[in-house]
Amino acid sequence: MLFVLGAACVALIPLTGAVFYMQLLSKIMILAIFAMSLDLLVGAGLVSLGHAAFFGVAGYVIVLLSPKYQAASLWLTLPAAMIISAALALLIGTLVLRTSGIYFIMVTLAFGQMLYYLFHDTKLGGGSDGIYLYVKPELKLAGSRLLDLEKPLHFYYFVFGIMLAVYFLLRRVFASPFGRALAGLSVNERRMLSLGFPALNYKLGAFVLSGALAGLAGYLSACQFGFVSPEILSWHYSATVLMLLIFGGIGRLYGAIVGAFAYVLLQEILANQAVFGAMAKHWQLGMGAVIVLVVMFLPSGLTSLLDRFGRVRLAQQSDD
Amino acid sequence: MTDLGLKATGLKKVFGGLTAVDNVSLEVKRGVLHALIGPNGAGKSTLINLLSGDLVPTSGSIYLDQREIVGCSPDQRSRLGLGRIYQQTSIFPSFTALENCRLAAQSRQPHALNPFRRAQAYPSVMREAERALNIVGLLERARAVAGTLSHGEQRQLDIAMSLATRPKVLLLDEPLAGMGAEESVSMVALLRNLTSEHAVLLVEHDMDAVFALSGVLTVMVNGCTLATGTPDQIRASPEVQRAYLGSGRHG
Repeated sequence: MLFVLGAACVALIPLTGAVFYMQLLSKIMILAIFAMSLDLLVGAGLVSLGHAAFFGVAGYVIVLLSPKYQAASLWLTLPAAMIISAALALLIGTLVLRTSGIYFIMVTLAFGQMLYYLFHDTKLGGGSDGIYLYVKPELKLAGSRLLDLEKPLHFYYFVFGIMLAVYFLLRRVFASPFGRALAGLSVNERRMLSLGFPALNYKLGAFVLSGALAGLAGYLSACQFGFVSPEILSWHYSATVLMLLIFGGIGRLYGAIVGAFAYVLLQEILANQAVFGAMAKHWQLGMGAVIVLVVMFLPSGLTSLLDRFGRVRLAQQSDD
Repeated sequence: MTDLGLKATGLKKVFGGLTAVDNVSLEVKRGVLHALIGPNGAGKSTLINLLSGDLVPTSGSIYLDQREIVGCSPDQRSRLGLGRIYQQTSIFPSFTALENCRLAAQSRQPHALNPFRRAQAYPSVMREAERALNIVGLLERARAVAGTLSHGEQRQLDIAMSLATRPKVLLLDEPLAGMGAEESVSMVALLRNLTSEHAVLLVEHDMDAVFALSGVLTVMVNGCTLATGTPDQIRASPEVQRAYLGSGRHG
């Protein structure tokens, strides 16, 4: 029965073809933006298990700001969502950055769960059932509609553009004095203090920027699915994005992108009944096994394979 | 030129029931190398940590250039002109030697926070980093990855990083530890060189170096200062002989 169903799914995919893959890739790219925002923190030695809070809150912001039967303006709602996520990051960061190591992980987790229950247990955003976004935002310039996020193609390219923009932005940030100071802090905070760096301010700056970018991803995600529920704030989601970052490789940015693609595609394959039949329901088991293998044999993530090949090539060149 | 750099009065640090530093006062002046000696557990490192701000004293005051700094955090003290190196070499091993110093120099350029400009694109910061490497004699090793430098070079780099922040006062915790004879000679020359422009407080176990370099010595035992004076006075002091130099090694 499951086999027939799985086979039917596979048979139907070519019919929906382009749109399905566009939507799948859009989802992956949004996850990549989210993972890159977390990379800024984890690369600076701040392992957060509450990062979904900023992602989720921005999702709620776009839904709650949108009029029910009319498209909201992207010009207004996107900055609003990012600013609210950033402000929340400033507030939470001010409190949690006084801790480090395991305590930092625990307090970020605690704050994430507080927000989860805030949306879960109050009527603020439809409670545990979540809330729908009926009309997706649009981008208008001088009266003409530049971008209609309802159309998968528009949405796809919009997300693609933003992913590239975030990647290049963060690359610049990593190479800037601010990014170098963060790199130093992740190695030896005490030494950085003794050299005169106000460590807390630097970390807070990273936390706020990271929160704003997580908000950007959350905004896009809410637009894609047209629905938000407390699940997007939960620590499971924070853990998933942390896991895929480890999967891809920490501190490289493209590790976040590779991790997002590898994770989602692997999930698609493992959860594909045509491939794994009845086992597809238990895709997390296979995922867990793959992650254990990656962590054991590629502790610096999948992208460390690229580095390795790069090094081999360089070594060969110098031999010639 | 002898002017006041760092002054501490009545410093005390109590950990639980243990008094690690008890009523210590000292003055470190520019142009004079002030050495701090004493047996293990005498409280030397605790005292350095109190002066640098890594530890908060139970009581007492610290002045940097007449300014009370006891309430300042380590990074504030650094920005006020206090440089230190730790007993354990604290460089960034994956950065080049130059980048280590550049990062240190960057801390003095708070406007250099533009996220769109490369960290290496600030000529004044680069010059400062090169100046610091030059002082310690590592300029030709600027492009080497710090982790690949020899132990002695890493120690020099550690000092160069502090110098790149243009400190007035240097707190040096055992810069000679673990060095070979040749490396020690160049480090001693560097320390002598630094003394002309900085107030230097040196914690060191190498007595030959200490007596050769220092203008003033403070001997600590069990958290208290036993004696302060010139090397000759310290050598001649019967108390110090009894408590510390007693073995006759340097007596």
